[in-house]
Amino acid sequence: MTQLSTSDLPAVAGLVDHGTNDHGYGVFGLGSFTFERDEYFATVRWPSGHHRISADDFLRAIQRDIAWEFFYGTVNFDGVLGTVNHYGRVDVCAGRFSKEHQAAGMAHTETFPTEVVAEAFLTIADDWTNEGFDPFVAPRETGSAFGRKNGSNPEALRRRRVTAERMVGAPGDEPLRTDDNGHPVNAAFSDVPQDEPVVRAEAGFADELVAFNLFAYLSRSPVTFNPSVVSACRDSLACPTTEEYILPIIHGNDRVEWFIQLSDEMVWEIEDGATGAKRATVVMKAGDVSAMPADIRHQGYSPKRSMLLVWENASTQLPDLIASGTLPSHPDVWSAR
Amino acid sequence: MSSTQLTSPPQTAIVPPGGPTTFGSLAHHPSGGVQVIDDDPRHYVFSNVFAVAKAGAPYLRTAVAINQEYVLEATRAEGPSPWWSAAHDEFVLVMDGRVTVWLRKPTAPLVEPDHDGAVVFTAEPEGVPMGTIEAGRGHMVLLPAHSAYRFVPETSAVLLFQTVAGPQTEFRWNEICQTS
Ligand SMILES: [Fe+2]
Repeated sequence: MTQLSTSDLPAVAGLVDHGTNDHGYGVFGLGSFTFERDEYFATVRWPSGHHRISADDFLRAIQRDIAWEFFYGTVNFDGVLGTVNHYGRVDVCAGRFSKEHQAAGMAHTETFPTEVVAEAFLTIADDWTNEGFDPFVAPRETGSAFGRKNGSNPEALRRRRVTAERMVGAPGDEPLRTDDNGHPVNAAFSDVPQDEPVVRAEAGFADELVAFNLFAYLSRSPVTFNPSVVSACRDSLACPTTEEYILPIIHGNDRVEWFIQLSDEMVWEIEDGATGAKRATVVMKAGDVSAMPADIRHQGYSPKRSMLLVWENASTQLPDLIASGTLPSHPDVWSAR
Repeated sequence: MSSTQLTSPPQTAIVPPGGPTTFGSLAHHPSGGVQVIDDDPRHYVFSNVFAVAKAGAPYLRTAVAINQEYVLEATRAEGPSPWWSAAHDEFVLVMDGRVTVWLRKPTAPLVEPDHDGAVVFTAEPEGVPMGTIEAGRGHMVLLPAHSAYRFVPETSAVLLFQTVAGPQTEFRWNEICQTS
């Protein structure tokens, strides 16, 4: 955390610990929000409303939000709760993207420095995650999130996120995944070939000849729904991820992003980013490519573990250009080309 | 907990949980699509890498995704390709088939340093060989800035480039995308 004194700046004070409830879980305050869980549900209260989420869904969502450092744009835990990333500051919101909450005057947003929310969410996730539950893996791979407070699972909440500077496998960059470095092939991808490219470098060029088996690399991902940079061409970032079950958040990007389905099949439910109104369903099979416009929010369903290439443009100028209408919210390919 | 498992499961004929993993190919690439509830399907610029690669001439680098200056280009490799070079790193992912990538270090840079995208050369550029990379399905290859590269596929292959839009980038959105 930076030099923020909680007594001088009550608006950005960190998490307040309100003690332990009858179920054994910590009760926490952040600004005027309070966070409480019981044996089945997480309950969030704010001055004009309150909302419940199944404890497992809440923990899967908050875990992604923490791991992705609030990602691009909006991370909705569901149709009511979520965060909006301003890259240095984060909005914690309730009802902000729900037409009904807005109309009822029950929408609420508070803005905090990023580090404050990151620390607060990690503390909540740590306290509320029981020993047998891993919010980052597929349902078939984890025990239950429910019941009275029972131990903790700090390692599951602190997995390192892969961010290649140039490309996975390049000298000094992210290493390949192997059994030896703790990345066995996931059971659901046990049929994915593990052969590596054959590199024959002339003398002096070993550092420039770089190649790896991306599909094998992804077959060894221990987690689901965790886009991670494997190659970077300036601001163009290839962020493939392995998907199984449901994306635990509903993502509303502040820029266009693209999906290229690399294996199997996924279905995306598309809603209006500002109101939650239903817009479309996108079915993606291996090789399919689809843009995700900047004014929608999307949640993906993967009936078996699949490989998805998420392609992002990390330019810091895009959110303002789109928000101001200088750039359209969908790829401008129909008028320009 | 799964984290206690430290070795990969054996590669056997046993069907993995959820069923076999399915990849697309030039020969077989069933496609999904956009089912509109209240939207314009063109906003999703929906296409299929294999269908695009199949429909175009060999080595036509067709944009299937674009975000400002950046593109992903799909192409079908068939016979030896021309040589290409770019001033920035590019990456190629083999989506189907097997190719050998030939890399050369040109005597002098072939492309101006601020030039975007790949530039094509019909003859082998003067320089020294950097080596070769044999890559199959799912393999990603770095095409380093200012190298010259070409592809020689075993038969036919489908390649997906991560690059910047340039003179070689073909835009055929009306032909490749779902429009209604
Ligand atoms: Fe997304």
